[in-house]
Amino acid sequence: MAVKTILQAINDALDQSMEKDDSVVVYGEDVGFEGGVFRATAGLQKKYGEKRVFDTPIAEAAIVGSAIGMAINGLRPVVEMQFSGFSLPGYNQIVTHAARFRNRTRGKYHLPMVVRMPYGGGVRALEHHSESLETLYAHIPGLKLVIPSTPYDAKGLTMAAINDPDPVIIMEPKRIYRAFKQDIPDEPYEVEIGKARIVKEGKDLTIIAWGALVREVEKAMKQVKDVDAEIIDLRTISPMDTETIIESVKKTGRVLVVHEAVKSFGPAAEIVSRINEEAFFYLEAAPKRLTGFDVTVPLPKGEEHFIIKPERIAYEVKKLMAQKA
Amino acid sequence: MYMLFEEFDPLKEEMLQILDKDGKIVNDKLVPKIKKETLLKMYKTMVLGRIADDKAVQFQRQGRMLTYAPNHGQEAAQLGSIAAMEDKDWLVLAFRELNSMLYKGVTLKQSFLYWLGNEWGSRYDDNVNVLPVNVPIGSQISHAAGLAYASKLKETGEVTIVYIGDGGTSHGEFHEGMNFASAYDLPMIVIIQNNQYAISTPRHKTINSKTLAQKAVSYGIPGIQVDGNDPLAMFLATQTARERAAKGEGPTLIEAVTYRMGAHTTSDNPKLYREDSEVEEWEEKDPLKRFKKYMIDKKYWSEKKDKELHESSKKEVLNTFKEVEDMGLVDLGDIFKYTYETMTPELTKQMEDYQEYLDEEGAK
Repeated sequence: MAVKTILQAINDALDQSMEKDDSVVVYGEDVGFEGGVFRATAGLQKKYGEKRVFDTPIAEAAIVGSAIGMAINGLRPVVEMQFSGFSLPGYNQIVTHAARFRNRTRGKYHLPMVVRMPYGGGVRALEHHSESLETLYAHIPGLKLVIPSTPYDAKGLTMAAINDPDPVIIMEPKRIYRAFKQDIPDEPYEVEIGKARIVKEGKDLTIIAWGALVREVEKAMKQVKDVDAEIIDLRTISPMDTETIIESVKKTGRVLVVHEAVKSFGPAAEIVSRINEEAFFYLEAAPKRLTGFDVTVPLPKGEEHFIIKPERIAYEVKKLMAQKA
Repeated sequence: MYMLFEEFDPLKEEMLQILDKDGKIVNDKLVPKIKKETLLKMYKTMVLGRIADDKAVQFQRQGRMLTYAPNHGQEAAQLGSIAAMEDKDWLVLAFRELNSMLYKGVTLKQSFLYWLGNEWGSRYDDNVNVLPVNVPIGSQISHAAGLAYASKLKETGEVTIVYIGDGGTSHGEFHEGMNFASAYDLPMIVIIQNNQYAISTPRHKTINSKTLAQKAVSYGIPGIQVDGNDPLAMFLATQTARERAAKGEGPTLIEAVTYRMGAHTTSDNPKLYREDSEVEEWEEKDPLKRFKKYMIDKKYWSEKKDKELHESSKKEVLNTFKEVEDMGLVDLGDIFKYTYETMTPELTKQMEDYQEYLDEEGAK
């Protein structure tokens, strides 16, 4: 066991995957020599050489497109989009090709490839560095989307993504890259894609969150001591662990979904729909969404209002508990 | 070392031609050594490709084919280049490369199946290193670069050949892919089939470069303009590019100057945007006509054999199409089960719910 941050856990996962399997290659903008702008890939080029860990042109479409070719020709590429806000030039490749190759060739070609991208706000960044674009990726059949919230899951989900036979997008909550440490196993391990984690069991209401907001929910519940909430860290946005959500809501009858992505057409809408379809008659209150506003993420001088803080989560929890069916 | 690429400067619009429109050798010293069996395979594929292509357009007019992108007139650009490649090499398509596909082992049945709207038409045989038709324009160049990167890393000696149209070179992804391939000296050959039109838009209206081959200059790689209706010139340029690629010296850009005799796809009417006289002028430069003359002059072919080949090819095309037409709809399960290696719980539920509906209501 070793005490690591999320960033170190990701580095650990990449390192051990490369060590174990020669077909794993890691590349992207500033990923090689410098080790990435956040240093997620630090030390890898030195250890595995410039052919397997390299810097690319500033060309997200070619980064993703070449990963598709590599995956078809026997490699396991792990590419980095420097920020999720800059993943959009690569979006064409991800949606029109990566997501579809298995289906359109009836299984002849499949793409064991990973696209990592730091995402989310709260780091006082300027434009295009704070987006939460889960919906854009979760909406596309053929893709998987995972978001770790702890060092343990960051390592396990990254390793599972690299070993997965289909394309996996990893959105990394950059706000908590270095926020805290956790004791995680030294040896390689996987966290199953498609399985949520029950952070804390409870009976009064279900709170669903992921990424940086899981900790904010935990902090919030320390402020509302009389409510026994079941906290679920979704971990995989797509394919979603509907079963864990439904089981929990059937038990608690109340649900709050918290995410930083904007509200309209966001992941919470999908989650609440599934609850309505499968646990409607167990509900004791209307499901509630606490999300980003439907605006472009404000710049740092206004971001304060956009970021979801524990106090606001606590406020919504109290309101939800006061609702009577 | 690769004198060919120095001899023909794309910035000066110097175009490589060996076999002229009348089937005469105009550049003796450049005639490539091509095995008789290779020439025969090229020629037979060209005849089959031509007949299949013309028939496909007819089938569409009869309401039996959904849509189709005709190749008529561009056969030499495809066969001259693909014949210079090796079996282990990778072929990455745009969507107007029927002849290259057939040469490389995609079956006519698969191709027809694709244009009839069935995914199984993109499921080529296991040993066939061909990526399926690429509809989003320009996005295939980086796939080729990725294949080539893997070949280089694994030291397999494979080279990737990728096709694109003149219109595709305007796409941003063309640049990203070219730059990527050039930056890492990848074993890759890019063939631009310059058929003069991007659907209805003439190439000179939207591209100011004198040649498309000159785009290579900005990537620091060789670029050459070739008479795309001359199979020998296309072979030589591709063969030279392949040698270069195999030696680790990087990609080459080849512009095949050709002409789309038919429509962009069957939903297009070229009479709206081009003069008959222009089409007639290119009819004179037909690749099949000149290749046939060359083969007969070389005593590799005869009028009698040609007649037999035309008859057998026609029969093959008609029989294949009939077979494909009779195949009907795909299995319901196929629609769902290739999205992921393992179907997700949600997808399984969606399929089961729909099956339940079919079972309960479908029969009514």
